Amino acid sequence: MSLSRFAQIFPPERLLTSAAHLSAYESDALTAFHSRPVAVVVPESGDEVIAAVRLCRELGMPFVARGSGTSLSGGSLPVAGGIVIALNRLNRILKLDATERIAVVEPGVVNTQVTLAAQPFGLHYAPDPSSQTICTIGGNVAFNSGGAHCLKYGMTSNHVLGIKAVLATGEVVEFGGESRESIGPDYTGLFVGSEGLFGIALEITLQLLPRAECFHTVLAGYRTLEEAGDAVSAVVASGLLPGALEIMDALAIQAAEAAVQSGYPRGCEAVLIVELEGPREKVAAERPALDALLAASKPIESRVAANAAERAKIWKGRKSAFSAVGRLSPDFIVQDGVVPRQRLGEALRRISEMSREAGIRVANVFHAGDGNLHPLILYDGRESGALERAEELAGRILKMCVAMGGSLTGEHGIGVEKRAYLPDMFSADEIALMHRIRAAFDPLGIANPGKMFPGGDAPALVQHGLHPLEKSGVISRE
Amino acid sequence: MKTPSTVAEVADIIRSSKKVLAVGAQTKPRLSQVPDEVTLISMRNLSGIVEYDPGEFTFTAFAGTPLREIVATLAAQGQYLPFDPPLVESGATIGGTVAAGLSGPGRFRYGGLRDFILAVRFLDGNGTQLRGGAKVVKNAAGFDIPKFLVGSLGSFGVLTEVTFKVFPRPPAMMTFAIPCANAAEAAAHIAKAASGRWAFDALDYDGSRILARLRGPQAALDLLAADVLDCWPAAEGVDNVVWDGIREWQFVGADGLLVKIPVTLRKFPALEAILQARNMGFHVVGGSVAYAYHPNVSYSDILNEALVGISLSGLNLRGFGGRLYFGESHHSAVAKSLKLAFDPCHRLGA
Repeated sequence: MSLSRFAQIFPPERLLTSAAHLSAYESDALTAFHSRPVAVVVPESGDEVIAAVRLCRELGMPFVARGSGTSLSGGSLPVAGGIVIALNRLNRILKLDATERIAVVEPGVVNTQVTLAAQPFGLHYAPDPSSQTICTIGGNVAFNSGGAHCLKYGMTSNHVLGIKAVLATGEVVEFGGESRESIGPDYTGLFVGSEGLFGIALEITLQLLPRAECFHTVLAGYRTLEEAGDAVSAVVASGLLPGALEIMDALAIQAAEAAVQSGYPRGCEAVLIVELEGPREKVAAERPALDALLAASKPIESRVAANAAERAKIWKGRKSAFSAVGRLSPDFIVQDGVVPRQRLGEALRRISEMSREAGIRVANVFHAGDGNLHPLILYDGRESGALERAEELAGRILKMCVAMGGSLTGEHGIGVEKRAYLPDMFSADEIALMHRIRAAFDPLGIANPGKMFPGGDAPALVQHGLHPLEKSGVISRE
Repeated sequence: MKTPSTVAEVADIIRSSKKVLAVGAQTKPRLSQVPDEVTLISMRNLSGIVEYDPGEFTFTAFAGTPLREIVATLAAQGQYLPFDPPLVESGATIGGTVAAGLSGPGRFRYGGLRDFILAVRFLDGNGTQLRGGAKVVKNAAGFDIPKFLVGSLGSFGVLTEVTFKVFPRPPAMMTFAIPCANAAEAAAHIAKAASGRWAFDALDYDGSRILARLRGPQAALDLLAADVLDCWPAAEGVDNVVWDGIREWQFVGADGLLVKIPVTLRKFPALEAILQARNMGFHVVGGSVAYAYHPNVSYSDILNEALVGISLSGLNLRGFGGRLYFGESHHSAVAKSLKLAFDPCHRLGA
């Protein structure tokens, strides 16, 4: 039996096969889906990962790499009949070179650990997904994770300089390197965001940036979403390039306030977070222009973070929004579509109409600077057909984003969740090319099958359940 | 040389040719040096900005669009490509710049061309019209084909249209020159400047000095300048015009060898040593990429041997007749499989 072959690589305590152990890996942050793997292996070295992948290849057995399981698109959903390769113990920062401003890390290193390690040198790792205190760099690489600073600093892909990976063929490759420049086709760029369909990254070289000396973080509350949107347009037109431009609607504010008490202004239909950053002289020079145009945008209330603690409090509300929505509803789906920034207002109006028509509540949190929406579709999985209705609404929103010239996903990836919609964005020829690219890395189709591409086995749906962050005790909805 | 005016004509040429290479203005002559059997496709008639809405921070242009036109159009709206694409006045096209994978001094602050490309339209080796990416500033759907094609030298697809992210252009600029005795000293200055509070926009090294650039509101630059001069007492202000020459590669003659060499600060001194020992000039952008030159193309093999010795690699941009790739080469099985995925009949590329 194939498991005995894995037992030759992994000792019993790192080859999990009991139902109790496996159940913890059945789902990721897309809780509506679950699937039980045959086994979970817990490698402690890159060589063990390579050995596991090569054995999978020999056996034709599917494998799914998993970090902290925070994927909102079901990116680390196990495959029935396959194994999960849990990478949390590959959590070493192999090198932190302050002179070159790079870090070389294993895939299980948690996102914020990189910044923590870089801090003594005045450096930081820019991509900051909301789950950054638990999500891993390996998962960030696989799904090209974003965060709140993407307009100015880009996504994960813009910060990965090199990757050593084991491909699904068993080949070990090194793409890119320690230089910020390269020659030849950008294999590193292709690997990032490949959703685990090529293989498993073993060592990732990240660029570090100097931490901004000074921040000017403003929280402004508005009577309507439209007014908040107009304020964003005014900021963009002003020639300023803020590090972040975020909006939350009333429902999201309500949830965040209940969860973390960030002190967001009361009675607002929308709050806007704008942040200037840079050397103190530059922030001081830009601040009057921002303050003037925000004043002209007529907020109910506008507040400037006076210090690092107040800034952190403002951001805590924003970053906890997803999990906080759990307080408003037993279950929810997070969407991640992108629209051209100037059509945000129109997109939000239509989402609101669709929400009313469907009788389903939708909370909105979005990266207003880059047109990346995060509608949170609330439902109660205990009601018959509620999940299906929520998914139908999610699908309508996604199709709207694509029809407006945007994208199905800004930062969560296609995963299992949105795979049926890939043909809405790409032609049959384009999807065929992506299949050929995938086959070049993984001719047997064993690396994270069932993700990104339409079709394939449908994973089981759970109608209702605890959010994995709750299971792990990170959040609660008491 | 064929000069198609439509994408359909380009597709026909691909399908009816044994081998093809798309070219722009051929400002990097070595990259369009091909054997007789290869048909050159000039993209010059597939030119023009297709979409540009300043409020979106994006534009889309045909591959044959001259950078000059793009830079001017963006500037008129107070925007720019922060990575400073080179050879703007020399006539380079946006498609050629993508295929060559070239960025200028500004790549230091916000990243290179690869960090600003959002979407592409291209033809694969069968002449099939395809798209990759999305025309919005943030996207994670599908494989990142736009990035993969950066630097691919036309061997994985013929680009017909490209979409980029742009930024508002900072209102003012200020440049300092910091004298350096050698690369080790330059590397130390760059390391200090790059991790400090100043948010330098560019840090180039021309063999005798660091050229450091700040961008932002004039009032802020005036104040920052005082601090920069405190921290680097030997620094002095220089005219911003110095960047125009760098952008057009005026540090090198139109002929001879010009090799792009990705490098790190730690390998800086070793690279400088081998170049100086061979009487080669160089200019280093952002501490991460060196442009080495010599008037005599026959230095190609000598340079190659030296780069192998210090584990660096390079790409010949201008040395007609010299080797194309230098130094260490990595051949992976997957690279061959990928080539077949894009170009099963091996029609594309030199």
